[in-house]
Amino acid sequence: MSDMTMTVGGGSGAQEALNFHVAEDHHPENATLLGFWLYLMSDCLIFACLFATYGVLGREYAGGPSAQQVLELPIVAVNTTLLLLSSITYGFAVLEMQHNRRGPMMAWLIVTWLLGAGFITLELTEFTHLVSIGAGPGRSAFLSSFFTLVGTHGLHVTSGLIWMIVLLVQVGKKGLIPANKRRLMCLSMFWHFLDVVWVGVFSFVYLMGVLA
Amino acid sequence: MTEHSPDLAKLIFGRLSLDDIPYHEPILIFTFIGVAIGAIVVLGAITYYRKWGYLWSEWFTSVDHKKIGIMYIVLALIMLLRGFADALMMRGQQAVAFGAHEGYLPASHYDQIFTAHGTIMIFFVAMPFITGLINFVMPLQIGSRDVAFPFLNNFSFWMTVSGALLVMASLFIGVFARTGWLAYPPLSELPASPDSGVDYWIWGLQIAGVGTTLSGINMIATIVKMRAPGMTMMKMPIFTWTALLANVLIVAAFPVLTATLALLALDRYAGTHFFTNDLGGNYMMYINLIWVWGHPEVYILVLPAFGVYSEVTSTFSRKRLFGYASMVYATVVIAVLSYLVWLHHFFTMGSGASVNSFFGITTMIISIPTGAKIFNWMFTMYRGRIVYDVAMLWVVAFIVTFVIGGMTGVLLAVPPADFELHNSLFLIAHFHNVIIGGVLFGMFAGVNYWFPKAFGFRLDPFWGKVSFWFWVVGFYFAFMPLYLLGLMGVTRRLRHFDDASLQIWFQLAAFGAILILLGIAAMIVQFAVSILHREKLRDSTGDPWHGRTLEWSTSSPPPPYNFAFTPQVHDIDAWWQMKQHNWRRPVQGFLPIHMPKNTGTGVYLAVLSFIFGFAMVWYMWLIAAISFVALLAVAIHHTFNYDRDYYIPADEVGRVEAVRAGA
Amino acid sequence: MSMKTLRGLLLLALTVALTGCHTVLMSPSGDVARQQRDLIITSFVLMLLIVVPVIVATLVFAWRYRESNHKAHYDPNWDHSTIVELMIWSAPLLIIIALGAITWVSTHKLDPYRPLDRIAPGRVMPVDAKPLEVDVVALDWKWLFIYPEQNLAVVNEMAAPVDRPVRFKLTASTVMNSFFIPALAGQIYAMPGMQTTLQAVINRPGDYWGMSANYSGAGFSYMNFTFHGMSEDDFAKWVAQAKSHGDTLDQASYATLEAPSQRNPVRYYGSVAPGLYQSILNRCVQPGPSCMNMLRVPEPSGGGEASASSDSHAAMPMAHPQ
Repeated sequence: MSDMTMTVGGGSGAQEALNFHVAEDHHPENATLLGFWLYLMSDCLIFACLFATYGVLGREYAGGPSAQQVLELPIVAVNTTLLLLSSITYGFAVLEMQHNRRGPMMAWLIVTWLLGAGFITLELTEFTHLVSIGAGPGRSAFLSSFFTLVGTHGLHVTSGLIWMIVLLVQVGKKGLIPANKRRLMCLSMFWHFLDVVWVGVFSFVYLMGVLA
Repeated sequence: MTEHSPDLAKLIFGRLSLDDIPYHEPILIFTFIGVAIGAIVVLGAITYYRKWGYLWSEWFTSVDHKKIGIMYIVLALIMLLRGFADALMMRGQQAVAFGAHEGYLPASHYDQIFTAHGTIMIFFVAMPFITGLINFVMPLQIGSRDVAFPFLNNFSFWMTVSGALLVMASLFIGVFARTGWLAYPPLSELPASPDSGVDYWIWGLQIAGVGTTLSGINMIATIVKMRAPGMTMMKMPIFTWTALLANVLIVAAFPVLTATLALLALDRYAGTHFFTNDLGGNYMMYINLIWVWGHPEVYILVLPAFGVYSEVTSTFSRKRLFGYASMVYATVVIAVLSYLVWLHHFFTMGSGASVNSFFGITTMIISIPTGAKIFNWMFTMYRGRIVYDVAMLWVVAFIVTFVIGGMTGVLLAVPPADFELHNSLFLIAHFHNVIIGGVLFGMFAGVNYWFPKAFGFRLDPFWGKVSFWFWVVGFYFAFMPLYLLGLMGVTRRLRHFDDASLQIWFQLAAFGAILILLGIAAMIVQFAVSILHREKLRDSTGDPWHGRTLEWSTSSPPPPYNFAFTPQVHDIDAWWQMKQHNWRRPVQGFLPIHMPKNTGTGVYLAVLSFIFGFAMVWYMWLIAAISFVALLAVAIHHTFNYDRDYYIPADEVGRVEAVRAGA
Repeated sequence: MSMKTLRGLLLLALTVALTGCHTVLMSPSGDVARQQRDLIITSFVLMLLIVVPVIVATLVFAWRYRESNHKAHYDPNWDHSTIVELMIWSAPLLIIIALGAITWVSTHKLDPYRPLDRIAPGRVMPVDAKPLEVDVVALDWKWLFIYPEQNLAVVNEMAAPVDRPVRFKLTASTVMNSFFIPALAGQIYAMPGMQTTLQAVINRPGDYWGMSANYSGAGFSYMNFTFHGMSEDDFAKWVAQAKSHGDTLDQASYATLEAPSQRNPVRYYGSVAPGLYQSILNRCVQPGPSCMNMLRVPEPSGGGEASASSDSHAAMPMAHPQ
């Protein structure tokens, strides 16, 4: 067959002339946002497993405290507010980014960071309290699955906070170049995703746990 | 020296002590000496020929999908030797351990061997094999210059290596798990398995799993975003289709494994009660979760192999693939159904009849699209002109073997039949029948088929055929007796038997394993002979088999940028059509080509992950913390590097193309 | 080319298949195992209807359309035929519809929880038949059989009268095992803190081999026992002989027995402390944090996957015992 490729223009006159290569510069679309979206979906599955685990084990109190006894809605309500607000402020940061206003963008990002840090602080306070009253993750299957589900979300928020600092430094150094904008968009998706997961945690674990 | 030194030693070494080095086990000592000598020879040779720099800059740090693909396959072949050595030892033990004879392996060792065999063969042989093949072939097939995230690709590879090394480390430091390859709790929980074994298993898989998931994301993004213009979804080569669906399955299944392993790790490290017997834990949840990953995993392995068979059959039958559309739909249906069958792995756990029959029937339904695919390969051969190169021989052996394995699989899907055959050697024979006959044969076909594309010369056909015959005949000798033993009620994972009448069948199986050993040896000879005679086997056309898809349109081995000009696609068999139109590679009009730069970050991250995993296994909390922080630091540092790409100048491209056109 | 070798392999396969007819699974002695055997054969034959033609056609095509055979028709662009496509999808579909129907019916009929409705082919279960109760505990690494009616416990040996249905209730002490007497009936897992059930009947006197079919640790290979199918008289003698051993299986002796050990000889306990099996099942033999009924909040059961199982025994397999 190789001889065929080497023969120039022999006997192909009857066939219509098709173009078999792109003569100009060809660049495939950037796949970063798609790739990051796929990552989020895989992360979502990890949460799905943890939710399912909680669904199976969430009533296994093993003689220990029940959800009604240990979960306190008021703190969680404040916590939820903080996280939801931080999603809104991140939205403002993105709006500023689209107008290429670096200063306001960074300011909104810092506000977001503070709200996120507040969320984590409150969550850690709650965890410390639970452990101090003997309701640590080793007490019962319910508490194991509670700490793991809520804690995994908390770990994600913490990584988001670290990432936010890194991006603040990078935007400070390089400005709103396309690479940084892309990263800000990825973190934006990540942050909103965590918000959505939290809504699930709040309703499934806290509301249903306390109200049941 | 001071009274604090035990604390200090504990802080640094955790629970690792000199007793964990198995110097009292002669088998392990000899293995260690063998491995050490081998390592010294290889490393010495690399040093002597001053190849470290070359390996580092051209291979280890390479972000070129072709080199990464080749490295994956090298990893798979090396791990195949380890996994097969385990298999030989098991066959040896079972062939002799009857009645008063206890065999040569104590339970503490034998139980590690079958666990390691399963773990290694699935995670570090089959997985790297398919990931490697997809990595090498798929971007070429879609007319792309690389994958979507080249650095991530390199990182994924090294994470897989890191996981493999952690599993290998358990050979000489401590022990490996003695739980079976899926480490069911409560057996894998601390009370029943307190030592390092299960922890090696958890961290080895967890680290490799990160690589696999990221690689899955990478490949999906590549196929979705980077196809050559004109290549619509229904014009993608069938191997690319199977690669797409296998990677969708990876992204949708591996997170479940990650979560499950994490929960088991929490039970073992943090005292939680997910899968324990006590305080509300539920180990049946583990068994459900692990199979929610485990069953799709089977299709992750076999779908790309199906893709290989499709390409090879069509090429060597000199004919278009029969029923392209129905092949695609069949693959999609298999991928979806693979999530609806997991419970068939434990019909005997006491679910009700309705649940069991539901999962039994969904399992059987998978055989419909699979059957359709087999017919499609048959009808591709029909009215073809079949050339029996080694790759095509594997296809014929596959169809015959796989049909038998599929049949026994459907049999096992009938719950009352499974009550008799569950966990028996019949089951072992079945899944080796489909994994060797389905996946491994496909990988061997793929290696023989694409080798000339990767290296510019063909593999020696004589030794290829020798290897083929030893493998195929050896396979039947090794596993047909196991079907029979299963019908005799013999269970898997037994180390010793009372009934001497079974022995002859185990000896027959051991004989089969020796034939397979010769097959592997012949394969190694095949590589050696081919490298020696590479000039005689040289292919200068880039298209030694008269292929049909785009990978054959560029020279062999392809230049770093794959295609000087991005192809324009009009047909499923794009390259075939180009040949019909007498297309030839352009010799002028080149443009600068945008390419990613190599980076060592992937290697650094993988080394740190290895240290982290090892430290976690041995409770070396200080080292674990340090390596984890270092891991984060290196990753963050990497994001500060914005200078990740470069242009190959147009005249450089012209020079490369001219050399290849003249060759 | 390779036809000779392939023929050789087929011959080998045939020999193997013929030997297979005499294996324990193919010639069982219990009615449940016999029905399972028939099901295996039926399914096998049903699938051979499609598998044999596929293998033959593959080999024929592979041979006929070889490159050197210029007499064979060559049609390089033939890649679609609606009729062929219809056939290749519908042929497996038909087989699976048939097999699926068989599966649904047989799975319900041979459900190990379902009380038997016959003793042997053509012999309906007598209305007044009361199954022999046997409580089975998988220990590390031996089997404990408790006969509540007979107030008797045996390690690594069990017996049952011929043609009398047996109802096994199964649990385990620490890890999962699978209880399997191939001549009698299919297996079922024995799991700590859980209870599974198996209904079976033995139709022929004899000594049969029983084992654990799920790997459970170092002593797994020796977790075997003998199952005796006996006439009613012999069974009564066996019980009397077993009861003549004075030992009692109570909390203390159970604790000794429960400790991991391998290759245990047969051992008889002439009496059993009342409620011992229930305490083993509830992990309450030694009072402590493992004891489940102490910890359980009285509530509708949580249950995972399988509380979806059919209603007749919804509480049994997956939910914790009450």
